[in-house]
Amino acid sequence: MSAQHIDSVKTYAWVWIALLILTGVTTGVAYIDLGPFSLPVALAIAVGKMLLVALFFMHVRHSNSLTKLVVLGGLMWLGILLLLSMADFVTRGWIRIPGK
Amino acid sequence: MASEAHAIHGETLALREQFDTAAQQKDASSLGMWIFLVTEIMFFGGMFLAYTAYRSWYPDVFGAASRTLNATIGALNTAVLLCSSFTMVLAVRAGQLGRRKAVIVFLALTLILGLVFLGVKAFEWNEKFQEHHIPGPAFHLEGTPFQGHAQLFFSLYFAMTGLHALHMIIGAGLLIYLIVQTKRGIFSAEYYTPIDMVGLYWHFVDVIWIYLFPLLYLIDRHGPKA
Repeated sequence: MSAQHIDSVKTYAWVWIALLILTGVTTGVAYIDLGPFSLPVALAIAVGKMLLVALFFMHVRHSNSLTKLVVLGGLMWLGILLLLSMADFVTRGWIRIPGK
Repeated sequence: MASEAHAIHGETLALREQFDTAAQQKDASSLGMWIFLVTEIMFFGGMFLAYTAYRSWYPDVFGAASRTLNATIGALNTAVLLCSSFTMVLAVRAGQLGRRKAVIVFLALTLILGLVFLGVKAFEWNEKFQEHHIPGPAFHLEGTPFQGHAQLFFSLYFAMTGLHALHMIIGAGLLIYLIVQTKRGIFSAEYYTPIDMVGLYWHFVDVIWIYLFPLLYLIDRHGPKA
């Protein structure tokens, strides 16, 4: 933090309550049959919770641009790891290889 | 300026010799901590990748195996961990304000909640032993012919929750260290960087669990009973 930011207890309490509610929502929604949307909904809630923790509890919203860039860079590398590897795993059965 | 003159003669914890300003030192600390956390993201990332690949290959077995986990206990433990993140952020806030007693109280609460989480985890793991859900020769999951694929799920379950628990144990050690340091009067409103950095670490471990909970416990709760 370049300049000292001290958030109020109220702000933190709201974030905490939101996190607890989202935990309840993700548990409850898991028992409803959403078909193919189950996973995207669960992940969307998890991403929302991550953003709340990172932006408020980890003070990313008060961080300088370099720190923000490092955080985004980390997520980008994780994206590369998951995306490129899954491009292999998911498409393995798509083409019949003669003799295999 | 008086403060700069003071820094030339004797460095302080808040302003080491190699930094121009205390703000610059704080920025350097959090940047370094974040780079460490990025390496941690990649460390856990490999496991999340293995999980994603095998779940995409064997979705039904993963769903059946996931249903054997107790989602209520998992949700309550998630809540415990989120509460510990709340008390942690309050400890950091108390550090920013230089309130030593409040720092100790909130760090101790965080430690207690962290230990509760680990205790519940130990209880869950013990259940797995009794249910023969530990990958190995004695492994057996009811209702599926694909015992090998089911073992993959539980291997990932133990590897991921185990690595997460290891991080929690390290975090608990760091909290104890911080409590001792705070009692010794090391920290002030000018210098509370270690509290801030352990806070980042604790929240990071929390974020990992935020993903582990739905991915391990809630894969397919509405499907046919295994």
